[in-house]
Amino acid sequence: MNNVFKVEIINPEKSFLSKEDVAEVVVPAFEGDMGILKDHISIISFLKPGLVKVIDTASNDETYYVEDGIIEFKNNCLSILTSNIFDIKKIDKNKVRDILAKAEQEYQNQEISDEAKYLVNHKIEVLKSLTLN
Amino acid sequence: MPSLADLRKRIKSIKSTQKITKAMKMVAAAKLRKAQENAEKGRPYSEKMNNIILNLSNNITDKENAPKLLAGTGNDKVHLCAVLTADRGLCGGFNSNIVKKARSFFDKIIAEGKNLKIITVGSKGYDQLKRIYGNQIIDKISFKDSKIANYLDAEIVGKKIIELFRKNEFDVCTIFYNQFKNVITQIPQAQQLIPLKSTEVKENSLEDNYEFEPEEDEILSNLLPKNISTQIFKAMLENSASEQGSRMTAMDNATRNAGELVDKLTIHYNRSRQAAITKELIEIISGAESL
Repeated sequence: MNNVFKVEIINPEKSFLSKEDVAEVVVPAFEGDMGILKDHISIISFLKPGLVKVIDTASNDETYYVEDGIIEFKNNCLSILTSNIFDIKKIDKNKVRDILAKAEQEYQNQEISDEAKYLVNHKIEVLKSLTLN
Repeated sequence: MPSLADLRKRIKSIKSTQKITKAMKMVAAAKLRKAQENAEKGRPYSEKMNNIILNLSNNITDKENAPKLLAGTGNDKVHLCAVLTADRGLCGGFNSNIVKKARSFFDKIIAEGKNLKIITVGSKGYDQLKRIYGNQIIDKISFKDSKIANYLDAEIVGKKIIELFRKNEFDVCTIFYNQFKNVITQIPQAQQLIPLKSTEVKENSLEDNYEFEPEEDEILSNLLPKNISTQIFKAMLENSASEQGSRMTAMDNATRNAGELVDKLTIHYNRSRQAAITKELIEIISGAESL
């Protein structure tokens, strides 16, 4: 099959993941989840907290939790730049709870803007779903 | 003329200094490898980020309403300078080179009658600048506790700068750091962060048929603050590699100098010892002859 493209996930410290043969990547774009297939139009968008799903040709998927980031798709190469990313298989539950507690604390903070509040709320939801399973 | 015991003491003390410098060199070499690796790993992120921003800013049609972080405030009366240095000394000209570069820039700004505000990152820079520019230093940050440069630290600095910008505390922001070229050469750099200078435009990397979601300016206003932290992080990585490289060279030189000094003193010591023996022999012989 030729319906594959390249994905790179880069965080400030290093290149987190680089794969040449993925069939689809689902990213939590700011205006809703977005599935990217081969030959997608060149796009730049940014991410909200959520799960990045990398699906290979045999429909195996790997899921990562990202806190924020920006994606660029060009010439069948998807770059995801993010400052915070965890493999959800490897992440330990306590750490998730830690981040969750921090997010909830932030949510209680009255001074943040509605937009930030929405983002934090969303983050809490995603994190809660992580702690469940 | 120092006595034999004095010479012996000096040789011993130089030898132990040499041991220290040698150990420091070894440690710096080990750390350098790590720091260099980190700096290289961190490059793709900042390069990609830069590219995306260039693409975005090229696509912005309404230049007038472009985000202020990109376009600036329209003035250049108040300059904010962030000087990134190390927290530790004994690394040759590393800290002084950054400070020298920064000072020539400061003097130029002051000569033009503009306002100057300084943030020092790393305690050595603060130590060197506080005497002359004490009043202009508005903040000093030091990451003594973190062993390697990490992104969270860079974000702290970035957020501070953005907060000051939002409060209209300055118009132009420049950071100073050492760029790591190789172990022997580090080049002090001044990089302007706000307004963003797009000097390194590579024509072939630009494309104008991007789809943006949401709109360009919304992405930009979200991205620019991140870019500042990213650029600072890049500077910190380059700095830490440079620091170790510089320390390694400095300590290597120190070790060699100590070796030379020990050789010289040892020859001197042996000659004086032999001279003393000869003198005693002559005294004994001439004493015997006179009998």
